[in-house]
Amino acid sequence: MSEYRIQGATGEWEVVIGLEVHAQVTSNAKLFSGAATAFGAEPNAQVSLVDAAMPGMLPVPNRECIRQAVRTGMAIDAQINKWSRFDRKNYFYADLPQGYQISQLYHPLVGEGALEIQLDEKDPTSTKTIGIERIHVEQDAGKLMHDQHPTMSYVDLNRSGVALMEIVSRPDMRSPAEAGAYLAKLRQILRYVGSCDGNMDQGSMRADVNVSVRKPGAEFGTRTETKNVNSVRFVMAVVEQEAKRQVALIEDGGTVVQETRLYDPDRNETRSMRSKEDAHDYRYFPDPDLLPLVLDDAFLEECRASLPELPDAKRQRYEAGLGLSPYNAAALTADVETARQFEALLASVAKAAGKGEADVAKRVANWLLSERPGILNAQNIPTDSPKNSIEANTAIVVATEAGTISGSKAKEIFERHLTSDIDLAAEIDSNKQTTDTGAIEAAVDAVLAANADKVEQYKGGKEALFGFFVGQTMKAMQGKGNPQAVNQVLKAKLG
Amino acid sequence: MTELTDLGVAAIRDGVAAGTFTATEVATAFNAAVVQAQDALNAFIVTTPDVALAAAAKVDADRAAGKPLGKMAGVPIGMKDLFATQGVQTTAASKILEGFKPEYESTVSQKLWDAGAGMLGKLNLDQFAMGSSNETSAFGNVVSPWRRPNDTAPLAPGGSSGGSSAAVAARLAPAATGTDTGGSIRQPAAFTGISGIKPTYGRCSRWGVVAFASSLDQAGPMARDVTDCAIMLEAMAGFDPKDSTSLDLPVPDWSAALSSDLRGKKVGIPREYRLDGMDADVARVWDEGIAWLKDAGAEVIDISLPHTKYALPTYYIIAPAEASSNLARYDGVRYGLRDLPQGAGLQDMYAATRAAGFGDEVKRRILIGTYVLSAGFYDAYYTQAQKVRTLIARDFSQAFEQVDVILAPTAPTAAFALGENSDDPLAMYLNDVFSVPASLAGLPAMSVPAGLDRNGLPLGLQVIGKAFDEQGVLNAGLAIEQRAAFTARPTRWW
Repeated sequence: MSEYRIQGATGEWEVVIGLEVHAQVTSNAKLFSGAATAFGAEPNAQVSLVDAAMPGMLPVPNRECIRQAVRTGMAIDAQINKWSRFDRKNYFYADLPQGYQISQLYHPLVGEGALEIQLDEKDPTSTKTIGIERIHVEQDAGKLMHDQHPTMSYVDLNRSGVALMEIVSRPDMRSPAEAGAYLAKLRQILRYVGSCDGNMDQGSMRADVNVSVRKPGAEFGTRTETKNVNSVRFVMAVVEQEAKRQVALIEDGGTVVQETRLYDPDRNETRSMRSKEDAHDYRYFPDPDLLPLVLDDAFLEECRASLPELPDAKRQRYEAGLGLSPYNAAALTADVETARQFEALLASVAKAAGKGEADVAKRVANWLLSERPGILNAQNIPTDSPKNSIEANTAIVVATEAGTISGSKAKEIFERHLTSDIDLAAEIDSNKQTTDTGAIEAAVDAVLAANADKVEQYKGGKEALFGFFVGQTMKAMQGKGNPQAVNQVLKAKLG
Repeated sequence: MTELTDLGVAAIRDGVAAGTFTATEVATAFNAAVVQAQDALNAFIVTTPDVALAAAAKVDADRAAGKPLGKMAGVPIGMKDLFATQGVQTTAASKILEGFKPEYESTVSQKLWDAGAGMLGKLNLDQFAMGSSNETSAFGNVVSPWRRPNDTAPLAPGGSSGGSSAAVAARLAPAATGTDTGGSIRQPAAFTGISGIKPTYGRCSRWGVVAFASSLDQAGPMARDVTDCAIMLEAMAGFDPKDSTSLDLPVPDWSAALSSDLRGKKVGIPREYRLDGMDADVARVWDEGIAWLKDAGAEVIDISLPHTKYALPTYYIIAPAEASSNLARYDGVRYGLRDLPQGAGLQDMYAATRAAGFGDEVKRRILIGTYVLSAGFYDAYYTQAQKVRTLIARDFSQAFEQVDVILAPTAPTAAFALGENSDDPLAMYLNDVFSVPASLAGLPAMSVPAGLDRNGLPLGLQVIGKAFDEQGVLNAGLAIEQRAAFTARPTRWW
């Protein structure tokens, strides 16, 4: 149960949220034509005769788009409808060449599913299941350009006909944080599955946010729908602003009208676009140019077999199988790309070190999550720099894991590798740390002799000086002394 | 020797192949006939004599070079102006597409050119194929080459493929393409004394054919006789991956398998088609047809298609519903007519463009279609019509458990005079009463000329077959053709 409440003059209010997420399907071609879909092409460079709705043109479903939507449905444990159908949604607009959008109203491809969100990274019990009503596939529209001519608008049809998945949640969310977590989780799953790149700033993923308020436990209130919100942060802001607005409106004696609204991020407010009264009558009916979509078992099996390990399962495996902390497991699985890098480096390190993956996982995780990012950031080097190769990372981590070099030496050598041309193997070799007790004892003796006053203070109870002796010894040994061995010798000598 | 323009598809193709005459001579003869008749009949919206000659020259060159010739080699045809033809104006007989020259060629027309046919021109039709008399064309109505005796009143060539029927009947083309949504091949064929077949829905690709009602539209040939229809259909049909509703089946060699021996075949006579007050000549010709098929060896059985009376209202819900959506793309934004009044916004531009571009009958059907799909009316009209459509299809499938083909009249009357029905849409729609049921069920159906009425005007008989059984339809049609011995042709007055 969410404790999120809006404090109104008449008491506490609860907010009810449902999201309709439009996710652009990752595919080379559009939903019903062979035209390309890449982002950023010149206007009208990716338009087929079908996309421009020339007379006599017909849609033919793109198998890959259907496949991606089915895989997405499987990833949220949803019912996959082996029989579905396309409907036409009729309305006139200059960015809609056919005069209708091909969508799925009556018989969507994917039915009921769910996904689990976790509200607090560090609290595994802070989970909630959000229901998903359906996923259907539909065509995107083109885009109007109003800034090209003083009196006319231009039309760019590059997006016209691009495949979208509309993922419709149940009204199961009760706070901005839940809405944000849901959208983030959905985006994470889509990116894992590879069915949508999740680039919200390029419009590949956007949400219509349905918000209503009610006194806790009362019937649902009238909802508004804020269209095309394109970041997790904005979705959370919309929920907050819209809930506050509705509460204020109701408490002022007004009523919430069912309407479509827009979010203005600059002013952090929503405003009315059109109300239900002037809503379109879309005259949905089955598209007679298309046969019902019938999926066979072989197709479904291939879809299922091609699904990757999903974030929740991966995270669990990292904790239970690799012994990582919940925090590290969550951080490594948050984004599919991070997980991919981790698993590649883990396999490489384990092989090179001749150990099991579980034996080296913690070190690889720490290297990736806390040590390496600091070095890359400090030197302003991108993750995909060729210098940051899996071979170099493997060499460094294996040497650290074997105790050949110290952790601080590892960072120092890696940094030099990134910024200059050094022979990494030779560098590691020449910085080998020593466990030779004789050499360490000699160094310790010299340090203690040179700092007799501090030895006195230490023996007098100032134990914090122990670190000073370690540092001096390491310095004297040019960082090559094995820290554990140095500690042991110092402890013995200082009594 | 008979005139070249009296020859049909098979005769021309075989004559060209044998070297009796050249394809160029044939094209030249038909080009001349087209020119002579154009003012009087208005069968073509544009003529393309050079295209016909170029195709003929290629066939002649191929023959001289000993290359294999196609099924339609050397046969110049008329192309209904609903098929997109690359670089040649394609209008659907509407102002809204006047001047539109596609950058693409429809699958069906491309197949015909690949088979060696040439194009004489684009044939007139009812606007967007909506009509039964060719009077809704924005480019003037077609006049039938037929006249009543001692009467110069212009008659309807039928519709919507009225340019096609007039051209073939008047010997302006040996054959023409038609499209049939509710009878638009069969009714004009019957009105003009020629043959025409609407194959099973999905046989001919709809890609590049201006859409009227997608779930019903089907292309087919119109020609002088059954054999020519079979040959031309072979060239037009075939699976097209660009049309999701295309049938993925091989195209049979229908012309080679033609047989009028109907021994062992059963012919159904649907009692619901025998209407009260039926035209006496139509009833007589139907009875003659029954006798001919018996003579050909078939057993004749009375059958019932109980939902027949609902076919017409069902059709006039489904077809306009689909049309209202299919025609939304003609909005003045990308191609075709744009009417942009001074200071007009987008909605004003839509309204002005569509008001100026569409004819009355098209507007009527867009309004009907929009109405039946509207919130609150959808279930009462569209959903109900879909259910009835299923029942009509079931009537046929049950009947076809008993019989191989069904015999019925094509149209309730012979050709009417132009203007006779044009003020009464319902009277006009009634013309489709016998042709619409097979369209709703997606079945192959053809009209063959069977006789003349009391005014000397042609009457057609319709053969309806099982899905995919064009062969059965063509064979029964051939049996009728051989016994009807229909040789009447319009006296040339143009």
